[in-house]
Amino acid sequence: MNKIHVTTTVNGDPVEYLCEPQETLLDVLRNQLRLTGAKEGCGTGDCGACSVTLNGRLVCSCLVLAAEAGGQEVATVEGIADGDNLHILQKKILEHAALQCGVCTPGILVAAKALLEKHPDPTEVEARYWLAGNLCRCTGYDKIITAVMDAAAEMRGA
Amino acid sequence: MALDTEKREFKIIGTRPLRPDGIDKVTGRALYGADMVAPGMLEGKILRSPHAHARIVSIDASAALALQGVKAVVTASDFSEAKGELMQNILENCMAQDKALYHGHAVAAVAATSETIAKQALKLIKVDYEVLPHVTEIEDAVKPDAPVLRPDRRAKGAPEGTPANITNLSNFGHGDLEAGFAKADLIIERSFRTESTHQGYIEPHACLASMGPDGKADLWCCTQGHYAVRDMCASFLGMSLSQLRVTASEIGGGFGGKTVVFIEPVALALSRKAGKPVKMAMTREEVFKASGPTPSSLADIKIGMTKGGKITAAHAKLRFQGGAFPSGTIDLGAMCAFAAYDLEAVRAEGFNVMTNRPREAAYRAPGAPIGVYPVEALIDELCIELGLDPLDVRLLNAADKGTKSSYGPTFEAIGLKATLEAAKAHRHYNTPLGPNQGRGVSCGFWFNFGGSTSVSMSVNDDGTVAVTEGNPDIGGSRASVGMMAAEELGIPYENIRTIVADTNSIGFNDPTHGSRVTFSVGLATIEAARDAIKKMCTRVAKIWDIDPDAVMWEDGHARPAGENAGNYEPMSLAEIAAIASKTGGPIAGHYEVNADSAGVSFGVHLADIEVDPETGFSTVLRYTVFQDAGKAIHPAYVEGQMQGGAAQGIGWAMNEEYIYGKDGLLQNAGFLDYRIPVASDLPPIEAVILEIPNPGHPYGVRGVGETAIVPPLAAVSNAVSRAIGKRMRALPMSPPKILKVIKG
Repeated sequence: MNKIHVTTTVNGDPVEYLCEPQETLLDVLRNQLRLTGAKEGCGTGDCGACSVTLNGRLVCSCLVLAAEAGGQEVATVEGIADGDNLHILQKKILEHAALQCGVCTPGILVAAKALLEKHPDPTEVEARYWLAGNLCRCTGYDKIITAVMDAAAEMRGA
Repeated sequence: MALDTEKREFKIIGTRPLRPDGIDKVTGRALYGADMVAPGMLEGKILRSPHAHARIVSIDASAALALQGVKAVVTASDFSEAKGELMQNILENCMAQDKALYHGHAVAAVAATSETIAKQALKLIKVDYEVLPHVTEIEDAVKPDAPVLRPDRRAKGAPEGTPANITNLSNFGHGDLEAGFAKADLIIERSFRTESTHQGYIEPHACLASMGPDGKADLWCCTQGHYAVRDMCASFLGMSLSQLRVTASEIGGGFGGKTVVFIEPVALALSRKAGKPVKMAMTREEVFKASGPTPSSLADIKIGMTKGGKITAAHAKLRFQGGAFPSGTIDLGAMCAFAAYDLEAVRAEGFNVMTNRPREAAYRAPGAPIGVYPVEALIDELCIELGLDPLDVRLLNAADKGTKSSYGPTFEAIGLKATLEAAKAHRHYNTPLGPNQGRGVSCGFWFNFGGSTSVSMSVNDDGTVAVTEGNPDIGGSRASVGMMAAEELGIPYENIRTIVADTNSIGFNDPTHGSRVTFSVGLATIEAARDAIKKMCTRVAKIWDIDPDAVMWEDGHARPAGENAGNYEPMSLAEIAAIASKTGGPIAGHYEVNADSAGVSFGVHLADIEVDPETGFSTVLRYTVFQDAGKAIHPAYVEGQMQGGAAQGIGWAMNEEYIYGKDGLLQNAGFLDYRIPVASDLPPIEAVILEIPNPGHPYGVRGVGETAIVPPLAAVSNAVSRAIGKRMRALPMSPPKILKVIKG
């Protein structure tokens, strides 16, 4: 089987890989680049646990072919913190105890960051609809939404 | 282990510190089941039955084994004979023997150098099936001519003529029902129905198994109980317990569904045969098809009530469908059905039915939601008929300390009445409703569990403490355990690191189930700290050359116990630890217990729901949970359990169901068609914690994890029924089903 050579950037770092035509971006992130923060919860784009951004656009990496990522900017949960400094969203998720098992948390963080970059002042309903593609089975979403709204306020300097 | 009689002021308990595993979980560093790799690792895949019920005539794997990159194929013959019926059932659920019992039942497995090759190999395994008639519904499975799954599994001691698919007869209660019903002013009898639901954890089952040629093996997996995994796998592989070391990964949700094995023994068998590590992960489709759904149920409930709202007699007949094997969950449903009430005459009876569906697995308070739902729904109907307030009626009949429960034992101090009163006084209950809106009330109950528990803690030279426990942390338990250790030792929370050790590193622990961890591991942690404190006091007594009884522990320091003990400078834990090697060697505390004093738990939920009469679409407008937590160690994680349980129960009530076709095949094995609540489906969920101490725990802790999934089914059903002015008696209440009832 012929593999495809892909050159791209992940979290700002240049990256090269060889992938099979049917392999997903999620497969390559997890199995080749060992960036296992994105999780496979369903493989069909229903749960959002594999959320990443491609050139700033929120996508399910299980629905993106690895070959499609060539020349784009991929951002994953591993790139959200600035070194040892957590992003405000990460801090708020922790402060509000907005995770229990934590397996949906990487996807929630990537999706919430994309929300706040586009809409710095969302209503609670807007935040709930934006995150409707990220399933969480533990929390009932209450503390997640509280954390996201609190982070939004702090990022606006409110 | 009694509640500390001395009223104490807590310094750390009741605060909300950050969880110790938090940074790993917001940065992607935390390693879950599918995140581990090993050098030379193979990928394992399972071949599953395309039929609901079929005899396996033969399996020919020669073409698969001939494919380049395929290293092993295993079938039922690669496992040892399991001991006892329960273990045989679990093994047979992991790998079909002479028959495939449901759509998705594992029949063979392959290990290959890549996932792609493993998938190709599955297609090359030839299975010759003799398709058999199937049955997936309770009503059909009890018919005299129903297909029989396993003739040898029929309920022991069942009366002559009992259908062969009936297992696990259940019967609880007391009093004279006939006399009780005679005293009633109104008797209503109704039938109810619920469908199977799935735990819906976001992380599919995953593991990495590695067995060496010497027969020693290591297993990494996401599980609620790695000791239970070890015991089951060792039995199925014919290994001794010490030869198999199991390490629990971080776990991406379980809710009961990860208390049993599915792929783990298969990965070990493949690794043994291939001589290499084997990684396996289920797809979401496999999770739905072959891991634990709940039972579906039918219930006939009859309750008699006086005009004033006093229940005079209550009877429940429950039938649970637990999949292709016997299931004892019917007992739990029958025990919980009437547990909230103080009744003179009560009986709950029932049985389990085997069908061609996956083996039922525990789901948060297993059996209780579907045992309690029809009772709470019928009480609401009685309240409406008699013009009574649903909270007043529940208060009038509520169980209290000293009540002989409907399932036998007499309750100790419980918080049901306080919880009902809190709901009644809350602004939610007193807010007016708009048109097409209804407010539903329901009580819920769960036993809570204690169980076998081991904790040890090492006092490090620098004054920090390492706590070692053996229960996978599914929702913040390392935080609550660390808080209890810090509280008892009198040192900062930040000076404790709590880890979940592998099966070789500490004594046996029952799984993270039964709402037991904060209760049992907490209790053992407190006692392990007291053991370490006793040792530290003994060391200090030696230094001061006084009697050990003359040294007391206070605020993280050893002090003279009184003026008679002498005048010595207190020594801190860090000072004692620094010179431990000179006073007798390392200092550690430990405690092992089979805790039997878990306090029972009650909750009350309020749900406001608006139904669109044109479409049957319903919206949860407001939701409040009231629950007795005993003592809330970390209130934020207690609230989280209450909110999460409520959300799962709302999903159960409104949308979630396993749908089987007439062909016996599962039609909705994915999150698109099996719809769990998303963020935009739910309102904020307010959690009100009550603290009625459990007399059986030093700090008064009760389990909190499970109770919250029990009330939502009836709370939502009662709210929808009141909103539309007609009674809903089946779950889930998806829009078409509500519309059908509205249109009558």
